[in-house]
Amino acid sequence: MGRHEPWSEERTVGIIADHQKLEGPLMPILHALQHAFGHVPEEAIPVLARELNLSRAEVHGVVTFYHDFRRELPGKHILKLCRAEACQSMGCERLVERAEQRLGVECGNTSADGRVTLEAVYCLGLCATAPSAMIDGRVVGRLDNARLDQLLKEAQA
Amino acid sequence: MTLRIFVPRDAAAIAVGADEVATALRAAVKKAGVQAEIVRNGSRGMLWLEPLVEIEREGVRYGFGPVAPGDVEGLVKAGILQGKPVAEIKHPAAIGVVDDHPYMKRQTRLTFARCGVTDPVSLEDYKAHDGYKGLERALALKPIEIVDEVAKSGLRGRGGAGFPTGIKWKTVHDTAGPQKYIVCNADEGDSGTFADRMIMEGDPFLLVEGMTIAGIAVGATRGYIYLRSEYPHAAIALNAAIAAAKKAGYLGPSVAGSSHAFELEVRIGAGAYVCGEETSLLESLEGKRGLVRAKPPLPAHKGLFDKPTVINNVLSLCAVPFILSEGAKAYADYGMGRSRGTMPIQLAGNLKFGGLFETAFGITLGELIDDIGGGTLSGRPVKAVQVGGPLGAYFPRGLFDTPFDYEAFAARDGLIGHAGVVVFDETANMAKQARFAFEFCSIESCGKCTPCRIGSTRGRETMDKVMAGENTSQNLAVIEDLCNTMKFGSLCALGGFTPYPVMSALTHFPEDFGRPARKLAEAAE
Repeated sequence: MGRHEPWSEERTVGIIADHQKLEGPLMPILHALQHAFGHVPEEAIPVLARELNLSRAEVHGVVTFYHDFRRELPGKHILKLCRAEACQSMGCERLVERAEQRLGVECGNTSADGRVTLEAVYCLGLCATAPSAMIDGRVVGRLDNARLDQLLKEAQA
Repeated sequence: MTLRIFVPRDAAAIAVGADEVATALRAAVKKAGVQAEIVRNGSRGMLWLEPLVEIEREGVRYGFGPVAPGDVEGLVKAGILQGKPVAEIKHPAAIGVVDDHPYMKRQTRLTFARCGVTDPVSLEDYKAHDGYKGLERALALKPIEIVDEVAKSGLRGRGGAGFPTGIKWKTVHDTAGPQKYIVCNADEGDSGTFADRMIMEGDPFLLVEGMTIAGIAVGATRGYIYLRSEYPHAAIALNAAIAAAKKAGYLGPSVAGSSHAFELEVRIGAGAYVCGEETSLLESLEGKRGLVRAKPPLPAHKGLFDKPTVINNVLSLCAVPFILSEGAKAYADYGMGRSRGTMPIQLAGNLKFGGLFETAFGITLGELIDDIGGGTLSGRPVKAVQVGGPLGAYFPRGLFDTPFDYEAFAARDGLIGHAGVVVFDETANMAKQARFAFEFCSIESCGKCTPCRIGSTRGRETMDKVMAGENTSQNLAVIEDLCNTMKFGSLCALGGFTPYPVMSALTHFPEDFGRPARKLAEAAE
């Protein structure tokens, strides 16, 4: 995961302008903001509202509805473990417990050293090579204790 | 003559090392100084064999799988880069002629005919394998004749509800409007399903063609593919296909030189399961919270931006090119009862031979699990099978004679949904699975209707009590009551179908809930 640029209003306005010609531009804009800044900061919400002629409540409502949009910066690495049924049938819950233990945080949080954000994901579509994970956008299948430990080691290094 | 070597670019293959295998092969090819092209194809769908490396000799493809990056050296030593007769290439991963593999031979691949065979992002390859023949025929027909053809094929929405696709199209065709839309619901979020992902990664032009035909049929000039964010590899493949189609004039102001215009764009979701519900998806596309809309009005009358909209699942749209090129009858000849054509079934979870298995409707659940899937990967007995994703019912072995057919599953209080089949072995605790169904619903509920929003949370809390052995019979009565309210009172399938996994688990596995076990014979009734 590359470093994210710090939030700036100017850059936010630029990103919004790049998408203004789209029909229903808010979702693509939010993805683009998160790509640039690593999250959708609180300061961006009034700017979005002003530029898109929406109320702040409407923008806030959209940002908070979707699991993908972060309101805070994530850790250096993002590890998503699939917790849906196909992965459950192959023992993903034990892997989640193991990761939580190693990182010292519950799923949905960032480790104290800021290295790893651990998140649940509900299905990566890798259900025949379960259990599955995604680390910084890279997919991993047939996850077991050894592979999980290796991923964590790489992320914590 | 250049040797062609195939290493899938499918996410499931990449997840188990296909990129590393391709890199190792590239290095080996360079070192050996041979002329070889490494094609990143889609997956054949035999996922237990991934990464499946194929070599081509005189038009016949031979497979090796699963291949780890460390196996490449051995394969090269065995002679895959030389002109050696394939019979002389001895390697423990050799599976012989891929098309002759029993798993492939038993299938009827109409939608997935090209998947794994071609280079997914090559328009040339697509056309060389009968691509755009459906569009060609569609352009020779009147729009209403295209709609009739789809209606006659008996195609029903592959997303789960099984609504006849032809009727949807007819409604949009007959509705006047200055702007109409084709929206593809590629927000397949059901666990155990990956057919959409596989076809979008392995044959993206098929979806582009299907949507283009839909646009011409109903008079829509714009299309959107609403793709879930969990499928980044599909986004890459689709965008590459759209760019190539545009460049070649298959998309744009004049589709293939005709008077029809059609533009297509991929939009990425943001991790909300409920956006797989069509009206919630439309709200999301408009840039709003994914709140489910009450129907009517139907999307066919007032859909995206209140304009007449066809919203179809990926597999429904991907079935269209075959129906057009080969005719409605050729498609309808497959299947049983009111379930016509083929269904790409996804075998997943704790299964030895998991993968994509496209077959005509009518195959039984038992054949799929025991025969084709080879039973559990863990080797323990099968306890339960969930068909149709997180909102599908859990079936015990007693119901393995159920044929894959919309009506047959409904008759046994189950559903086909998106045809994902997830197998659990005897270590599964069905009370835990029922609790998860409520929990998942509470996480993903859009919050618009009370039965789903509150019922799911109350259900989870009540299951915690049941699992703690607290007033079991009273609390199970509450569960049954909640399920009844959710089933009949929810606005959409999320709240409405969550009772399926819960009630089926309770009905078929009462012993996990602290109730006396049922006899095998009862389960089959």
